[in-house]
Amino acid sequence: MKPTDISAPDYFHKVVDCQWACPAHTPVPEYIRLIAAGRYSDAYMINWESNVFPGILGRTCDRPCEPACRRGRVEKEPVAICRLKRVAADFKDDIKSRLPKTPALKNGKRIALVGGGPASLAVARDLAPMGYECVVFDQDAKSGGMMRTQIPKFRLPESVIDEECNYILDLGIEFVGNKRIDSLKALLAENFDAIFVGCGAPRGRDLDIPGRKEAANNIHIGIDWLSNVSFGHINAIGKRVIVLGGGNTAMDCCRSSRRLGGEDVKVIVRSGFEEMKASPWEKEDALHEDIPIFNFLVPKEFTHDNGKLTGVTFEKVKAVRDAKGRRDLVPTGEPEQHFACDDVLVAVGQENAFPWIERDVGIEFDKWDMPKVDSKTMASTHPKVFFGGDAAFGPKNIIWAVAHGHEAAISIDKFCHDEDINDRPAPQVKVTSQKMGIHEWSYDNEIAPDKRYRVPHRDKVVALRDIKAEVELGYDVELALREAERCLNCDVQTVFAGQLCIECDACVDICPMDCITFTANGEQADLRTRLQAPAKNLTQDLYVGDSLKTGRVMVKDEDVCLHCGLCAERCPTGAWDMQKYLIDMTHAEQACQRHARSAA
Amino acid sequence: MTYVVKPKFHHPELPKNDLGYTHRDYEGKISTLCAGCGHDSITGAIIEACFKLAIEPHRVAKISGIGCSSKTPDYFLGNSHGFNSVHGRMPSVLTGANLANRDLIYLGVSGDGDSASIGFGQFAHSIRRGVNMTYIVENNGVYGLTKGQFSATADRGSKSKRGVTNTDSAIDLVGIALQLGASFVARSFSGDKTQLVPIIEAAIKHNGASFIDVISPCVAFNNHTGSTKSFDYVREHNEAVNRLDVITGRAPITVDYAPGTVQVVEQHDGTKLALRKVDADYDVHDRLAAMAFLQKHAAKGQVVTGLLYVDADAEDLHAHLNTVAAPLNTLGEKELCPGTAALEKINAALR
Ligand SMILES: Cc1cc2nc3c(=O)[nH]c(=O)nc-3n(C[C@H](O)[C@H](O)[C@H](O)COP(=O)(O)OP(=O)(O)OC[C@H]3O[C@@H](n4cnc5c(N)ncnc54)[C@H](O)[C@@H]3O)c2cc1C
Ligand SMILES: Cc1ncc(C[n+]2csc(CCOP(=O)(O)OP(=O)(O)O)c2C)c(N)n1
Ligand code: SF4
Ligand code: SF4
Ligand code: SF4
Ligand SMILES: [Mg+2]
Repeated sequence: MKPTDISAPDYFHKVVDCQWACPAHTPVPEYIRLIAAGRYSDAYMINWESNVFPGILGRTCDRPCEPACRRGRVEKEPVAICRLKRVAADFKDDIKSRLPKTPALKNGKRIALVGGGPASLAVARDLAPMGYECVVFDQDAKSGGMMRTQIPKFRLPESVIDEECNYILDLGIEFVGNKRIDSLKALLAENFDAIFVGCGAPRGRDLDIPGRKEAANNIHIGIDWLSNVSFGHINAIGKRVIVLGGGNTAMDCCRSSRRLGGEDVKVIVRSGFEEMKASPWEKEDALHEDIPIFNFLVPKEFTHDNGKLTGVTFEKVKAVRDAKGRRDLVPTGEPEQHFACDDVLVAVGQENAFPWIERDVGIEFDKWDMPKVDSKTMASTHPKVFFGGDAAFGPKNIIWAVAHGHEAAISIDKFCHDEDINDRPAPQVKVTSQKMGIHEWSYDNEIAPDKRYRVPHRDKVVALRDIKAEVELGYDVELALREAERCLNCDVQTVFAGQLCIECDACVDICPMDCITFTANGEQADLRTRLQAPAKNLTQDLYVGDSLKTGRVMVKDEDVCLHCGLCAERCPTGAWDMQKYLIDMTHAEQACQRHARSAA
Repeated sequence: MTYVVKPKFHHPELPKNDLGYTHRDYEGKISTLCAGCGHDSITGAIIEACFKLAIEPHRVAKISGIGCSSKTPDYFLGNSHGFNSVHGRMPSVLTGANLANRDLIYLGVSGDGDSASIGFGQFAHSIRRGVNMTYIVENNGVYGLTKGQFSATADRGSKSKRGVTNTDSAIDLVGIALQLGASFVARSFSGDKTQLVPIIEAAIKHNGASFIDVISPCVAFNNHTGSTKSFDYVREHNEAVNRLDVITGRAPITVDYAPGTVQVVEQHDGTKLALRKVDADYDVHDRLAAMAFLQKHAAKGQVVTGLLYVDADAEDLHAHLNTVAAPLNTLGEKELCPGTAALEKINAALR
């Protein structure tokens, strides 16, 4: 193998598994250390810069970072990265003075943003401080999009949404509520310099089976029902409720039902329990609220008594693998099963709909009637129009909407300055040694053996009585500190300088994880079998260092390194050093410091 | 000195031996020696060898004298018996322990000062008596613990860190061990675990006095130019006579060797030592030739390493003395006080 080029920004970034997995590349270990140090406001601001909604995401994020967390590879459970984010939001001081100021002098560019969800808000937050005049249109009265209209208040209190949306709107952004955009053509005619489409994926899929029309009064589309609950238009449901579907919407529907009079609430899914789209913790929360989940049942018919819904009939299926290994659901042949109920909530998926975009304005749509959007620049085929969030590639989640927003803001800024939007700015990387003395390091390198701490919950009886009572109470300061200590500081990198190494083996002997090997060089596949411990995780890189006197190479398997620094501590020559790697993903503001940095 | 506790976490794919232990289970406390000390690598090699042999830690007694080297038993086999004795007295304490309980595996760990200077006589007698043990000298040519004075193994003409030349002749412990009748003699280098680990395994499996001289650079006081015990010097002058594979149990040898290049030595307990020859003329059964070979190469400034001599049919001290087969602590009152009739018999024999 060739010696590793550690100056390539991606190399060490990948070692910080959580940050690499986060769509917005939030510097996770950095903010966790700040939480451990009690510096909640600083931790909050680091989050705010990357992911815009720390308080909201700290309660609701899909957390792609956690399955990626290295801690989950050395013991059972990852660090509670998401809930620590909430700690920063809960315990911070007033941070208003630390937010960017709206420049007195505007740059003369006007941007229209369709929809006031997280995607549009992220774009506006990046652009407004640079002097852009941003106008956000939303058909609803308030901003926040589905964060406000869909996510139930027992998961995300209104006050948190207000606070974090206002941080953005207060940057001098014009929010035009109760204003539905009905024509892109008309909007284009208003001579905005650029348009961002962040209208989400607003349509809930229906279930067209017998009885649907007849019993319509008691059959509700999940996302419409949830927004009606959120707006206060609906505040009761029947005693016996069936929720059809296995995603987040289904979980929110069933738990909301339990709070609005549903006593016997069931979730019924076509697939197996394991394959459900909902996150494991969402299923756990539903089960905890006495909501059973029945699987491998395909709805066949809504039964009714002269138009009054009486229940749903299901066909039993099982999963089989076809010749290509694909999973298929086939009927078991057992008799159909009937479940009685008073109401049904249909939560079987969400779709995009763009009735307001004329098909002749220069925006190309693909065969699934989705706009053609560039995944890097978020540009459509119309030079002035950019997409992001659920509107771009179908329903995803808040953190992806934010990540899209950052990229779209860079593109819009470049477009407005006649620059090539494909020329993306390189991230800024800072690497600093953590060595302070012979055995002193400026980070806490002791590895805490603690198992993951549970977030305290409100008493179930109390929680089920009030749909607005937040279920999770959040970590207190003590628990937060202990959970923060579980973080392995994966951004404090092991950096090897071969020319200093005397090949004494001290690092090999001390490494608790058998990460380091000195051996003859070879091809990667061969090297992976010849290490102190086999390197079977192919998603993790091998770090190869040369310049050794014996002609061998140093090979470090990054996979399960604890970043404990023992290698550097026991190295007599300082050939190993622990260096903190901070990568600052460029947002529009830094990108606009034009010519300061070269492209990636 | 490192203050961080070594984390208990280990690699999820770590191999386990027949006892279900990983090599981490053979560790001791975290070392307090200077970072980079060769002794720590020897510790690593002992851990690896005991792991590979699937030794039950409680069947081992680690005995040492005084010195950085003699401190190392604290850093391996944390669940074994240990005795940190007086400077140079490891061999006597070990001999006594061995006489009392012949069932344990004895690891004698010493330094060049501990064995070639103050403990030279003790070393000599334990070897000539054929005590069943693995005697390891962690040889750095200096008294590391007392800040780097030349020891008795420092080569004449080599220089101290301050530039002073050593004018005394060196004691070659390997040569002495051969002369005194050690039945297993080897030399290795702390910086070469692939050579050292199987040598330690073979020594542990050997019945009789096994002696291993391990050159072990002292990074603090003896790793400079002008030293003949530095990493660089040993790497440049290392003359390995063979490479060793240890095959335990009755398993047939499955490793592929080119014909004529390997010599298989079967030890008492069935352990096979497969020696891949590096020097075609070297014969591990010829004590006299070994001594000549060593002297010849030492004169050229070369450091001969490998398994230098082995007598697979050696007997140990217990056989020589015809002692009782069981450890003394298992003997009951009946065996220990056989009665007046037995006493009469003994007395009669002495009249
Ligand atoms: C029930 C449910 C629960 C969810 N839970 C989570 C969760 O816990 N965590 C998570 O990360 N994600 C969750 N999501 C997904 C998440 O809400 C969305 O992915 C995210 O809000 C998408 O952001 P967006 O900015 O693209 O669009 P949206 O948030 O959908 O915002 C679009 C806005 O545009 C407005 N709009 C649409 N068309 C027009 C128009 N023509 N003119 C004016 N305004 C218009 C809409 O009213 C809406 O306010 C959930 C989704 C649902 C349905
Ligand atoms: C009876 C006695 N004399 C002298 C000393 C001082 N002393 C301590 S360690 C040591 C030398 C150790 O040298 P060596 O065995 O080579 O060990 P190293 O530290 O080099 O590994 C000496 C002379 C002592 N502890 N006891
Ligand atoms: S920091 Fe060094 S010693 Fe610690 S696990 Fe990683 S490679 Fe091993
Ligand atoms: S401890 Fe340092 S000098 Fe020794 S082998 Fe490791 S990197 Fe090289
Ligand atoms: S003084 Fe020398 S022998 Fe002692 S610990 Fe330090 S390096 Fe090792
Ligand atoms: Mg010494």
